[in-house]
Amino acid sequence: MIVYGVALLSVCLILGMIIGETLGVLLGVDANVGGVGIAMLFLVFASNSDLFRSLTEDAAGSGIKFWSAMYIPIVVAMAARQNVAAAVDGGFLALLAGVAAVVVSFALVPVLSKLSSPQVVADNEEAN
Amino acid sequence: MEILETVFVRNNLIVAFAVVGVTIWVSYFLADKLTQGRIHGSAIAIALGLLAAYFGGVATGGNTGVADVALLSGIGLMGGGMMRDFAIVATAFGVHMSELKKAGLAGVVSIFAGVIVSFIVGAAIAVMFGYTDAAEITTIGAGAVTYIVGPVTGEAIGASDAVITLSVAAGLVKSILVMIGTPLVARFIGLDNPQSAMVFGGLMGTTSGVAAGLAATDPKLVPYGAMTATFYTGVGCLLGPSILFFIVSGMF
Repeated sequence: MIVYGVALLSVCLILGMIIGETLGVLLGVDANVGGVGIAMLFLVFASNSDLFRSLTEDAAGSGIKFWSAMYIPIVVAMAARQNVAAAVDGGFLALLAGVAAVVVSFALVPVLSKLSSPQVVADNEEAN
Repeated sequence: MEILETVFVRNNLIVAFAVVGVTIWVSYFLADKLTQGRIHGSAIAIALGLLAAYFGGVATGGNTGVADVALLSGIGLMGGGMMRDFAIVATAFGVHMSELKKAGLAGVVSIFAGVIVSFIVGAAIAVMFGYTDAAEITTIGAGAVTYIVGPVTGEAIGASDAVITLSVAAGLVKSILVMIGTPLVARFIGLDNPQSAMVFGGLMGTTSGVAAGLAATDPKLVPYGAMTATFYTGVGCLLGPSILFFIVSGMF
């Protein structure tokens, strides 16, 4: 049943969000701390475990794959509902602060990627 | 005309599916014919979405882009936080635990490094523009973290509405630039494996930006980047009104 996979996905998201909100309250922060990331971990556990096999294989799995495939269309809709006009109206300071933050962060990606386990670096070198 | 409007408004989510579907078809067609596949179809679709959002915002004066146009209100639901998070979680299906473990430490470090570096850059630019009040500098710095951290921090430390609005604008610029810029720079920053995607998500942090930027670069990297990015705003909201504000207060 397709709905089993969709239900598993939903339960993962809801559990993750509850934990994220709880973390926020415990830390005294007005935000959901990592709810989506925690939900993703649940789904990774479920899809790698024998216990949940009946919820992740065959038809049930295609219920999850459908939503995974809808990701890009949803992101396009998300782009279309951004407040782009406000970003443009923000003036030079907002533009410069946003651009500079992105440029510096981009530059740090290769630096911090080196922190990944040495095994990975070795694998990459072999691949090259 | 009235019949058409009624049908569109009543079935707004379905209209959104159709409109987004057509947009993506046109985008992939353009990517294939005009750029010979050099630019990813989804990158063009996202750029078209942002362009439409700009005109939607200018035309209606609302703050959710094209979703403020009544006939296209379903875009707001389809592209809203609930559907976005649901689809992001779904992308984790089939991810192997071992890939996540390899970049575990680098991923965690990148979240803190990302928040702090973006904050410093934003705060430094606020100082360059002549701001001398600690609360104002902190709020603009927090805006450079994400457009959620900016107002959360600003309201917590009592910054003015004008500065909070500015911080949201800075965060929006960041988010939009990550969406558009990621596919262009991916090759130069080694963004081609799950580990660098996790570091990337942690450093950039803006969930929307990372989600769209990676989708336009390589959809296989999405779950890794999204995993770390979703912790970023929480960490930002934690550090902004506390440690980072205290440090800035000590300096100004």
